[in-house]
Amino acid sequence: MSLRIASSPHQRSQRSTAELMRLVCYCALPGFALQCWFFGWGSLLQFLIAAVVALGTEALILELRKKDFEKALSDCSALLTALLLAICLPPLTPWWITAIGAFFAIGIAKQLYGGLGSNLFNPAMVAYVTLLVSFPVAMTSWLPPQHLAEHPYNLVDALSVIFTGFTGEGYSLTQLRSDADGFTMATPLDAVKTDLSLGLTLEEATSKGQFNNGLGIGWFWINLAYLAGGLVLLKLRAIKWQIPVSMLGTILLVAGIMHLSAPDLFASPWFHLLSGGTMLGAFFIATDPVSASTTDRGRLLFGAGIGLLVVVIRTWGGYPDAIAFAVVLMNMAVPLIDYYTRPRTYGHQRQRGKP
Amino acid sequence: MSEYKTLSWQGLWKNNPALVQLLGLCPLLAVTGSFINGLGLGLATTAVLIGSNTTVSLVRNLVPAEIRIPIFVMVIAAFVTIIQLLMNAYTFTLYQALGIFIPLIVTNCAIIGRAEAYASKNPVKFAAFDGLMMGVGFTLVLVTLGGLREILGSGTLFSGAEFLFGDWAKQLTLTLYVTEHKFLLAILPPGAFIGMGLLIALKNVLDKRLEQLNKQPAKVVQRARITAESS
Repeated sequence: MSLRIASSPHQRSQRSTAELMRLVCYCALPGFALQCWFFGWGSLLQFLIAAVVALGTEALILELRKKDFEKALSDCSALLTALLLAICLPPLTPWWITAIGAFFAIGIAKQLYGGLGSNLFNPAMVAYVTLLVSFPVAMTSWLPPQHLAEHPYNLVDALSVIFTGFTGEGYSLTQLRSDADGFTMATPLDAVKTDLSLGLTLEEATSKGQFNNGLGIGWFWINLAYLAGGLVLLKLRAIKWQIPVSMLGTILLVAGIMHLSAPDLFASPWFHLLSGGTMLGAFFIATDPVSASTTDRGRLLFGAGIGLLVVVIRTWGGYPDAIAFAVVLMNMAVPLIDYYTRPRTYGHQRQRGKP
Repeated sequence: MSEYKTLSWQGLWKNNPALVQLLGLCPLLAVTGSFINGLGLGLATTAVLIGSNTTVSLVRNLVPAEIRIPIFVMVIAAFVTIIQLLMNAYTFTLYQALGIFIPLIVTNCAIIGRAEAYASKNPVKFAAFDGLMMGVGFTLVLVTLGGLREILGSGTLFSGAEFLFGDWAKQLTLTLYVTEHKFLLAILPPGAFIGMGLLIALKNVLDKRLEQLNKQPAKVVQRARITAESS
C-alpha cells in the first residue's frame, strides 16, 4: 500500500482540458443545429471561418512565443471559442469581419494575456464586443427565420454572400433580410426595443410577424435547445449550478418586477429568458472556468451581476442584446468578488468581524 | 558622445516622453484619431517645450527653490496661451478639432518634467535643444499612432492636411481603400489604448534585439586545474 503525500487539490477530476472543451462543444451542438435550421447555413460557414482563423492564430502566436503549439491546439479551447463566436455572429456576416473577430479573440484577448488559463476576459465575448462596436451595421444584420423570409437561401448562396456580398441570383444581404411582405425583419429584441422607444405598448410591439405569443419565432426553440444542452452539462458536472441559476433567477426577478410594475413599458421576464443569447450566455459563456469567479458564493454574485446588467442594458442601453457586455463587465469584477468571497479553510475558525 | 547627441538619443528613443516615460498620455490617446490631429498637437507641444525650457533655463539662477514649481507652471501656461491664440488665429479648424487639449498642454507632465529635471539645471543652449528633441520624440509617437488609427479606421492618410498647411495641402490626402464597414474600433478610445500598447511592445522588442546585437561575447577564463583530486 502506498501512502502518498500530495498537495491540494486532493480530489481531482478525471477529465482532461480537451475532454471538457469537447463536451461543452457537443452540448452546444443541438442549439447550433437549430440555429442553422431557422436562420440558414450561414452560421455553419461562420464556424468554419472562425475555426480556421482561431487555430491558425493560436499556432502562429504560440510559435512566436516558442511554445509547443501542437499540444495547445489539441486541447480544443480555440475551437470552442470559435464555435461560441460563430453562434453569436449574424449568419451572413462578411468573412473578413469573422476573421478579425477570431483573430482578436485568440490573439489579443487570450494569448496577449498569457494563453489558456490566464485570460482576464472571455475571449469569444471580447471578440464579439469588438466587432459590435466596430461594425454596428453588419453585426446587427440578422435574417428573418427562413420560413418567413421572402428569399430563403441555400448553402451556395450563403458562401457567395459571405465572400462577395451577393447571392448567385444577385440578391444582396438587404434583400435577403426582408420578410414575405418585403419589410426588413429585426430580431425580436431589436424590434421590442425600437417599438417601446417609439411609444408603442408591449402588446403592439409583439404583434408583428416575427413573434408568436409574445416570444420570438425560432429564438424560443433555440434558447430551449441551449437550455437542454446546459442541463446536460450540469448533469455531467462539467459546470456548477451557481452561475446559471443565479443569472437566470436574477433576470426573472428583475424583469418580473419591472414587467409587473408597468406591463406595457417593459418586456416580460419570459421574453428576456427566451430571447437572444440568454440561455447560451447562462450555460456556455458565463460559466467559462477561466474568466468566471472561482468560489461558490462568488459564482452566485457573478451570475446575479450578469443577470442584472443584461436586463438593464437591454432595457436602457444602446444595443439590442447585452450578454456580451454584461459578461465582459462582470469579468472585470471577478478579482474583487473572489477576494471578498474566499472560502474558509477547512479546520480554521471564522474570525470575528472579518470575512 | 557629445551632449547634443546624448540629448537626441534620449529624447527620440531611449527616454521618449510617450513610449518610455508615459507622460502626456491623455492628449496622446485622445487626439490621435488622425495623422494631422496628432501632428498639430505634437507641433504645439514641441513649441511650448522649447519655449518653456529656454525660459526656465534663463531664469534658473533667479528662482528660489521653494517656489520653483508655481513659477515653472506660469511660464508654461504663458507659452500655451501664446500657442493657443496663434492656432485660433491661423489654423482655426484644427484649433476646433483639438479643442480642450490645446489648453491642457499646460498639464502635460512631460513639459514640467523637463523643466524640473533638465532645464532648471543646465545652460540655455542645451535646455532648448532638449526641449526640441523631447518634443520631436513626442510628436513622432503622436503621428505614428494617429497614422495607424487613421489608416485602420477611415482608410485615409493625411486627411485634413489643409487645416494645418493651407489649401494647397488638400491634394496630400491619400485614400488607401474605401469600405462600407469601417473599423470603428481603431478610431474609438479602445483603439488608442490597444495601439499605444502595441507601439510600446514594439519598442521593447526592438530594444531587446539591439541589446542582443551589441552584446559582446563574455570572456571565458580558462584555468588550469591545480589542485589534485582529494581522495
